[in-house]
Amino acid sequence: MNSLAELPLWASILVSIFLLLGASLALIGSFGLSRLNSFYKRVHAPTLGTTFGAFCILAGSITYFSVSQSRLVLHEVLIGVFLSLTTPITLMLLVRAALYRDRQKGSQDVPNLDLPD
Amino acid sequence: MSASLLNAAVIAAQILLVLAMSFSLFRMAYGPRAQDRVLGLDTFYVNGMLLLVTIGIRTGSVLYFEASLIIALLGFAGTVALSKFLMRGEVIE
Amino acid sequence: MRRWLPYPAMSGLLLVIWLLLNQTLAPGQFVVGAILGVVLARIFRLLDAPTLRLRNPHRLLLLAARVSLDVVRSNYAVAKLIVRGQSRAVQSGFVSVPLRLTNPYALVVLACIITSTPGTIWVSYDAGRNVLLIHVLDLVDETVWIRTIRDRYEHLLLEIFE
Repeated sequence: MNSLAELPLWASILVSIFLLLGASLALIGSFGLSRLNSFYKRVHAPTLGTTFGAFCILAGSITYFSVSQSRLVLHEVLIGVFLSLTTPITLMLLVRAALYRDRQKGSQDVPNLDLPD
Repeated sequence: MSASLLNAAVIAAQILLVLAMSFSLFRMAYGPRAQDRVLGLDTFYVNGMLLLVTIGIRTGSVLYFEASLIIALLGFAGTVALSKFLMRGEVIE
Repeated sequence: MRRWLPYPAMSGLLLVIWLLLNQTLAPGQFVVGAILGVVLARIFRLLDAPTLRLRNPHRLLLLAARVSLDVVRSNYAVAKLIVRGQSRAVQSGFVSVPLRLTNPYALVVLACIITSTPGTIWVSYDAGRNVLLIHVLDLVDETVWIRTIRDRYEHLLLEIFE
């Protein structure tokens, strides 16, 4: 399992910072998800992990593979692009579904959405 | 020296990500409503994908990248289908 | 030219994605990627998507810089909110933002920006009234958010896309 390449010190410090920062952000996001007290607040928490948290971890991966293979390894960028394009779609659909269900239950403190039938 | 630093950092990051996954699993299991569970699932797969990226770093293999790309793709499709199900009560209409 | 390359930017993007996926700059893969780009863009044309015309492409850089800064800043703000445990007391709510933007591509970019900055989520857009509904985690003053979206993003997007 342990086949980590020996990197120059600056590179391993950089990769470590990226990984720890990203993982902490993902953890804080998921912690918020389990802690916040209403659905509409909870929906904000995971975006910590899907935006800057994911970018940090992907940047760490890019740095590690680029330095250890001494060529530019960039394919992690694709995951980043994909994530930032899909998160708005999933969250928007989820919030709209929640709004719709709340309206159906007769809750008055959510705005009315004119959904096509 | 630098490899042991990196090793410690990767393991720490993996522990943090597994903790994050357990928090989202908690939300998935305890709801209270269906949209909370779907949100938990969405967070769960993103965290799992990030965990796979760190596993890729630890093993030095680029193969894990493709696995995480597939997880991202399938997770996205799954969440969209589930949200649509919540909204209409059916996926295929 | 227009017959073979209806969407040159899209063909180029597909080529870049292909080369990134294969981690190579080999001439063979380059040709495969180029063919893929041309063929898929021609198939895409069947969908009758509106054409994309950028008026000030160089302003995209400014937009990207501004968005990255805002993503980092709001990540910090939301993380602080969660860690300090004030999250239960915080007041969240929906805000309606009247927009001047109508270009569908600009709206897509705006949706990505608003959702990627933690603390705000795009809920729905009413094309008839041109009003956008967002949900804000830490809602103190509605007018501040309306002004932020209009001055920071919408103004630039109007310059770029319309």
